Amino acid sequence: MTRIEELTCQELVELVTMYLEMTLSPEDTSRFESHLAICPGCTNYLDQMRTAVQLVGTLREDGIPPEARDRLLEAFRDWKRGA
Amino acid sequence: MFCRSPILRRAATDERAAGSHVSAAVSQTQADNAEEAQLVERLRAGDEAAFTALVSMYYPAMLRVAQMYVSGRAAAEDVIQETWLGVLQGVDRFEGRSSLKTWIFRILTNTAKTRAVRDGRSVPFSALAAGESEEAELSVDADHFRGPDDAYPGHWLASATPQSWAGEPEDRLLSGETRGVIQRAVEGLPPVQRAVITLRDLQGWAPEEVCDYLGVTDGNQRVLLHRARGKVRLALERYLRGE
Repeated sequence: MTRIEELTCQELVELVTMYLEMTLSPEDTSRFESHLAICPGCTNYLDQMRTAVQLVGTLREDGIPPEARDRLLEAFRDWKRGA
Repeated sequence: MFCRSPILRRAATDERAAGSHVSAAVSQTQADNAEEAQLVERLRAGDEAAFTALVSMYYPAMLRVAQMYVSGRAAAEDVIQETWLGVLQGVDRFEGRSSLKTWIFRILTNTAKTRAVRDGRSVPFSALAAGESEEAELSVDADHFRGPDDAYPGHWLASATPQSWAGEPEDRLLSGETRGVIQRAVEGLPPVQRAVITLRDLQGWAPEEVCDYLGVTDGNQRVLLHRARGKVRLALERYLRGE
């Protein structure tokens, strides 16, 4: 039976983005997942990364500050009037 | 599979559901082409709601892109203002050969570059992107891991092992205070990393769209995103630990 070389935690954290982007090779994906299966710390790390990504997504709701929007709307109304 | 945050997932879905048909129109699937054409028509007709929706949706990404080229928020705001004027003045000639989004963001980069030259501040973008991705940078400090003489080198030290956030109340994760932490972490990033994470994770662009737009390789884009996400995670971890 061949034994694939195991990842360390320090190596795994640098592969998280490639894992989430699904750009790891099939071999590296299985090394990654084998490590996760036995490592709660890295499982938590991956979860934290996913949560961070989702929370960055919520910043989208902030949209545009009112002053910036008002200034743009003014330009829009000028444009509409043909100014 | 490891996503233990149903409320966050729900929040993301609600947000999409709450988005108007305008935001659906600018999502990048082929099926939305007809809707995009409709949006262009509404803009041409001077439909203020369509304009406001577009402006609001693209604002965070436009701000981060502008800030790669010009210095300071005020200059970036000017660039955005000028970009939308260009969009309104050009919308009658827009033929839909590229998507509306691509067209708008191309006007944005041209405007920002012109402004940078005028301000005497034109660091070549390629140099900026290279600088932010070439330097060695670790997601987690080396002193969080066991040393080479340990029985398990490269594995988490007990004191530094990441803890689960699954027990965090969702209210806390979605609170204004947490958002402030994330906002500040994103703002504190180097300009290209900040633009990449904003385009990818906030605006939802596909990796290849970001590569095309910024003219960076796939590998480079991923390194920049990895570093940006790593710093946001770290800021969140520190905050949730009460540091």
